Amino acid sequence: MGLLDIRNLSVDFQTAGGLFRAVDGVDIQCERGEILSIVGESGSGKSVSMLAMMGLLPWTAKITAEKMEFDGKDLTKITKRERRKIIGKDMAMIFQEPISSLNPCFTVGFQLGESLKLHLGMNRAERKKRSIELLEMVGIPAPETRLSAFPHQLSGGMNQRVMIAMALSGDPKLLIADEPTTALDVTIQAQILDLLVSLQKEKEMALILITHDMGVVAETAERVQVQYAGQRVEEQHVTGLFTDPHHPYTSALLNALPERAVGRKLPSIPGVVPGQYDRPTGCLFAPRCAHVQDDCHGVVTRQSDALGNALCNHPLNAEVTA
Amino acid sequence: MSIAINAVDLKKHYEVSGGMFRQPGLVKALDGASFTLEAGKTLAVVGESGCGKSTLARLVTMIETPTAGTLDIEGKPADSSSVDHRKAVQIVFQNPYSSLNPRHKIRTILEEPLRLNTDMSAQERTKRAAETMERVGLRPEHIERYPHMFSGGQRQRIAIARALMLNPRVLVLDEPVSALDLSIQAQVLNILADLQAELGLAYLFISHDLSVVKHIADDVMVMYLGKVVESGAAKDVFANPQHPYTKALLSATPNADPVAKKERIVLTGELPSPLNPPAGCAFNPRCAHASDQCRASAPRLDKLGDIEVACFHPVG
Repeated sequence: MGLLDIRNLSVDFQTAGGLFRAVDGVDIQCERGEILSIVGESGSGKSVSMLAMMGLLPWTAKITAEKMEFDGKDLTKITKRERRKIIGKDMAMIFQEPISSLNPCFTVGFQLGESLKLHLGMNRAERKKRSIELLEMVGIPAPETRLSAFPHQLSGGMNQRVMIAMALSGDPKLLIADEPTTALDVTIQAQILDLLVSLQKEKEMALILITHDMGVVAETAERVQVQYAGQRVEEQHVTGLFTDPHHPYTSALLNALPERAVGRKLPSIPGVVPGQYDRPTGCLFAPRCAHVQDDCHGVVTRQSDALGNALCNHPLNAEVTA
Repeated sequence: MSIAINAVDLKKHYEVSGGMFRQPGLVKALDGASFTLEAGKTLAVVGESGCGKSTLARLVTMIETPTAGTLDIEGKPADSSSVDHRKAVQIVFQNPYSSLNPRHKIRTILEEPLRLNTDMSAQERTKRAAETMERVGLRPEHIERYPHMFSGGQRQRIAIARALMLNPRVLVLDEPVSALDLSIQAQVLNILADLQAELGLAYLFISHDLSVVKHIADDVMVMYLGKVVESGAAKDVFANPQHPYTKALLSATPNADPVAKKERIVLTGELPSPLNPPAGCAFNPRCAHASDQCRASAPRLDKLGDIEVACFHPVG
């Protein structure tokens, strides 16, 4: 049985111009000890779907789901009190900007201790001991002295390590990393990704990596889910996705990578992601798609597992897998 | 080939006061950079944050004056009071969400450089603005709109159009695509390539994204803590990096190919504080090949084959 099973999740935001659908019927499944990557451009609903699951969205958001199950518990039915017991412990999340997710007014040690006290009921001495262990685990030198440091005294990479330590304090079954390295330099990014993957292996926890960087996906993920304008357009194993993408969006996105370019010109995708007022009927990618046909503006069918669950009437590379 | 910019041993030091009783410190943001930029070519400057690449951009655009060294623009010493020089070098900033004034219409944004630096009539200015908008792939009828009505990619095109208004010979591009989504990034890179081919512009392309640099650059200059550690033709540097830092930087860049197995050099530690850089080679605390010589004295940038490298133990 999977660790996380979300079916048909939709999130609507109440805006001045009516309802805006940020997440549109997304399914997310994650097994224990697996690395799932959710990739997409800004506005594809990748962060919002995770925040909806964690219950971190503001009241303007309306969340509907057929099923939202984590570790055998139905997240749509439980009370807020029960949810708070799960999030931060069994299910933890780290965010893009470590500097803005840590509280600048409190020391690193205090912020680490908070979750240890709340979820594990440790006393002061136990908390200190455990905090030092955690900081050591994420590779922070001289952890005893770092406990009394404030976030502004540490670099971006060190702060992200503190965030990871905090997320790991309750031995989570699922860690959600939302663009964990986007704000960091490449050499630091490599350190943090290596750390995340090695901790994931060691603790046998599931890792959901949200990113827009195809390079990061290729080097860390096992299974990849591609999102576009709030919809899940393709889901495949990482090698298959990069060699035989089935959805035209995935294929166009890969071709737009500078490192895959053949000539001076990059094959770019014309147009922009549809917004609130120019959402097309039928396939959302149709206005930008190079393979668009007449029936794309009507009903869109989801393809089988063999074709990457592509949400497309005319999937690419069909003959390869057939 | 005409030389657009020639810089020799450019330096910029900032003094920071440490408080009432402390000695003022000296940050060597840029500590000796020499390069030539030819018309129609792209020189990419790469490095991590704090390596001095944005300081370099500010010197070349004459926003700041160098502490030492000489900067020649088209054969004459750079002079920020010369209208010719101000016209010749223009800049595009990283974030199009903050580099355009939200209270100004696109018309005002595009016409302002003309109003300040030329004596064109209002009609000529409008005509020029419309032409430039078309050239970067924007619809001229959008000229009365405000920046918030455009997407990120379109805003970056507006910023590029603004830089083109004065017919510059050099464009300084300070991380022009790093705030953009992948599909939009490709569009903007294509526009830049087209403009260079059409107008023979020289680009000083500042970036930390090596896959973009590899695609667009003719020459590349790798910087670490204010110093140039390696420079040469992009194809040589990427194919056979000599400096251990360049090599580590290349191997740390994620490759969008899950099958390719490569050895990854993960650097330990972080960029040291520019207030008290390590003695000798600035990279020695993080370098796997560091010797006593590296800790004692700093290597000079020397020729090695086709490229220049500042290292006692080149790894190529």
